[in-house]
Amino acid sequence: MKIPNKAKTALALAAGAALIAVADASLGPFAVRILNLSAIYVILALSLNLLNGFTGLFSLGHAGFMAVGAYVSALLTMSPAQKDMNFFLTPIVPWLREVQLPFLAALLVAGLCAALVGLLIGAPALRLRDDYLAIATLGFAEIIRVLITNAQPLTNGAQGLKAIPKYSTTWVVWGAAAAAAAFLVLLLRSSYGRTIKAVRDDEIAAEAMGVNVFRVKVTSFVISSFWAGVGGALLGHMITTIDPKMFTLMLTFNILLIVVLGGNGSITGSILGAIIVTVLMEALRFLDMPMNLLFIRTQGLPGLRMVIFSLILMIVVLYRQKGLMGTNEFSWDALSSLARRLGRKGGK
Amino acid sequence: MLAIDNLSVHYGGIHALQGVSLEVPEGKIVTLIGANGAGKSTTLKAVIGLVKASGGSVSWDGEPISGLPTKDIVRRGVVLSPEGRRVFPNLTVDENLSLGAFCRSDKAAVAADRERVFSLFPRLKERMRQKAGTLSGGEQQMLAVGRAIMTSPKLLMMDEPSLGLAPLIVKMIFDIIREVNASGTTVLLVEQNAKAALEVADYGYVLETGRITLSGPGRELLADDRVRAAYLGEAG
Amino acid sequence: MLRTEGVYMRFGGLTAVADLNVEIDKGEIVGLIGPNGAGKTTAFNTVTGVYRPSEGTVRFKGRDITGKKPHEITKRGIARTFQNIRLFKDMSVLENVLVACHLRLGAGVAACTLHLPGYLKKEREARAFAEGLLDSVGLRSLADEPATSLPYGKQRRLEIVRALATKPELLLLDEPAAGMNPQESLELMEFIHRIRDEYDLTILLIEHHMQVVMGVCSRMYVLDYGVTIAHGGPEQIQKDPKVIEAYLGVD
Ligand SMILES: Nc1ncnc2c1ncn2[C@@H]1O[C@H](COP(=O)(O)OP(=O)(O)OP(=O)(O)O)[C@@H](O)[C@H]1O
Ligand SMILES: Nc1ncnc2c1ncn2[C@@H]1O[C@H](COP(=O)(O)OP(=O)(O)OP(=O)(O)O)[C@@H](O)[C@H]1O
Ligand SMILES: [Mg+2]
Ligand SMILES: [Mg+2]
Repeated sequence: MKIPNKAKTALALAAGAALIAVADASLGPFAVRILNLSAIYVILALSLNLLNGFTGLFSLGHAGFMAVGAYVSALLTMSPAQKDMNFFLTPIVPWLREVQLPFLAALLVAGLCAALVGLLIGAPALRLRDDYLAIATLGFAEIIRVLITNAQPLTNGAQGLKAIPKYSTTWVVWGAAAAAAAFLVLLLRSSYGRTIKAVRDDEIAAEAMGVNVFRVKVTSFVISSFWAGVGGALLGHMITTIDPKMFTLMLTFNILLIVVLGGNGSITGSILGAIIVTVLMEALRFLDMPMNLLFIRTQGLPGLRMVIFSLILMIVVLYRQKGLMGTNEFSWDALSSLARRLGRKGGK
Repeated sequence: MLAIDNLSVHYGGIHALQGVSLEVPEGKIVTLIGANGAGKSTTLKAVIGLVKASGGSVSWDGEPISGLPTKDIVRRGVVLSPEGRRVFPNLTVDENLSLGAFCRSDKAAVAADRERVFSLFPRLKERMRQKAGTLSGGEQQMLAVGRAIMTSPKLLMMDEPSLGLAPLIVKMIFDIIREVNASGTTVLLVEQNAKAALEVADYGYVLETGRITLSGPGRELLADDRVRAAYLGEAG
Repeated sequence: MLRTEGVYMRFGGLTAVADLNVEIDKGEIVGLIGPNGAGKTTAFNTVTGVYRPSEGTVRFKGRDITGKKPHEITKRGIARTFQNIRLFKDMSVLENVLVACHLRLGAGVAACTLHLPGYLKKEREARAFAEGLLDSVGLRSLADEPATSLPYGKQRRLEIVRALATKPELLLLDEPAAGMNPQESLELMEFIHRIRDEYDLTILLIEHHMQVVMGVCSRMYVLDYGVTIAHGGPEQIQKDPKVIEAYLGVD
């Protein structure tokens, strides 16, 4: 019997949702946390991949947009009382103290604020040659951090925000991840998506075909910033405390790593990469603990985890230079042809 | 001598070369002609190891070279001047030429070849410090040919050297090929300008959708009705 | 249709194009020839907005388009091909053409992403249009192949088709016959005539294959070191001693 691909996709989505429901109900809080963290990294990796992999822009400012999203959503969802508890050194500005939005609205506003900042940064920076963009965005992310640290009455400065409402439930984060993935798939499969890839492949030819290259770059940058803001907001609502030190280059680097590992220019790759990296980072945590290895007893080597992780990364990159997926995407046809090939090998 | 025996190449499901056999005797000029997509470029790329053959063998100087990495094949003196120029756009004209001579240690001979390239193409000398990417198409083509000469290969494979050159220069290019050959380089030439190619060549092969369908001394092919009709644009 | 008035293009100390005055009427096929490095491609680049001319004006249908961005110029109806083929390399043959269709699609990022019904309809039409164009150059069966896997000669044809997909009124072809053998060049000449009639085009072309130039162009401009050294019909040009000396050579 031949099942149409659309039906297969619907079935797979239902199965995925069921799996998440089961996991959410049966796993312990620690495992659920990893599960949810994966979803947030899926969103972040997808949004960075839109820039790096699909538009061919190398940006290092992701953490900055995440910070914007995280702070906006946190401040918009906390009650005035919660804000007062946070802002005990310098009181919060009165208008911000009073506003309180429902979570989803706050999340949307957080994304839009990040997108707006993206527009303000992108419009001048994207006129620069591509190599300067990395530096400009890197600088921007640092500036955002400095601003947040110093804007005490708005952000509570270096103390950060604590007791942020814990809205990032499994359903919320995976729903958002699914929305981000669906958004990107639809965008990139559309006519507009083709112009994005055309800009990546050859700017001069794209211009000559009537593509407003600058406009496309800015659009892509703004969309990417939006989802980075949403991802940052969800992260805040998951770990419930944020401070400026969280949003350093290291965070951008982690996301970049997922994108490269999964495959620059592959949505499937970013999704798989985000899940694998998040789970692996947690699974390897035991390496930092004291261990009994038959005869040897180690005292616990903090940092060993990162070493092993980097090694795995290097091996993957050595053997699969284009990441797990290259620029390929999952499709039912590819899957069934893979299954056939494996079947033939097994049959022999 | 370059001997290609029953060479096959697949690109995924496309069977681009279907058992091509040809020989390029030492010191000769051999040309390979054929329509768009016949597999001419693929043949040259397979010899130099840029595409993997799925069957058959290639030998050079009596030793098999199929399956060797490209750099090892180049070390043995086999060089490809690829289709569509492929100069290094961000390097200057001078640097591009130096890169051509990268594997050579005989400094005096390299310097002499450089002078030769500059005397063949005075335009390149005028533009020594210009970035290759900003040269005109024809100037880039001159540079590509010049770079190939700088490698001083034993076997030079040229993929459409006359591409984008003005009529005057095209005539010159075939003289240059003859001259390069006279100085001891064996040449395998792929050309769309079949008439000129067959005129300079000692021997020619006609490739049609991955198969050799005709071969013979250059002059004989020039007179062949089928060749005239299909590749020289003359009614047969 | 197209008129350049005293256009100069200088790169540092080098004058690549000097005092270019080209005038083309609707429906004409005009040639631009000259030795390598004469400034032909540079002339194209000043018309299409890749370079802003150092001096002079470019007019298209009477309107000044000097210094406009390339995509704006394409939108006004001038399309081009590139001498050093510039296809979108990670995209299929069909997608390459579809990128060029986007310009006339009239759907923004929101309509595209949301796959609104209006967009879907236009997308279907664009696909049909693109497939028809590919069909007309015999590339339909290769529609899903990666563009760069095509042999050189077919990549050239794809470039022309991609330019046509922007629905231009003026088409600039930079060496369309490069990489084609004489037989294929003959077919190309027919093709150029056919698209001119079918799509109501005006064509300016650069070409070194004299058979092609003399066969399709009603008149031509000859450049040498950026300067226009001759202008006229095929016979006149072929007899012109200056052109023979600088460009054609004696047979
Ligand atoms: N990378 C590739 N992937 C898939 N198919 C390819 C690839 N390169 C070449 N082909 C196919 O192989 C065949 C031979 O191509 P090749 O480039 O050798 O032709 P050619 O004779 O050099 O043509 P031309 O005169 O146009 O340069 C063509 O059908 C082409 O589509
Ligand atoms: N960006 C640039 N910087 C410096 N010089 C340039 C630049 N672009 C072109 N030139 C020079 O200007 C001259 C004209 O180049 P152009 O590409 O217009 O020649 P062309 O007539 O198209 O020649 P061909 O037939 O070889 O393609 C060349 O000598 C070239 O080296
Ligand atoms: Mg070829
Ligand atoms: Mg040119």
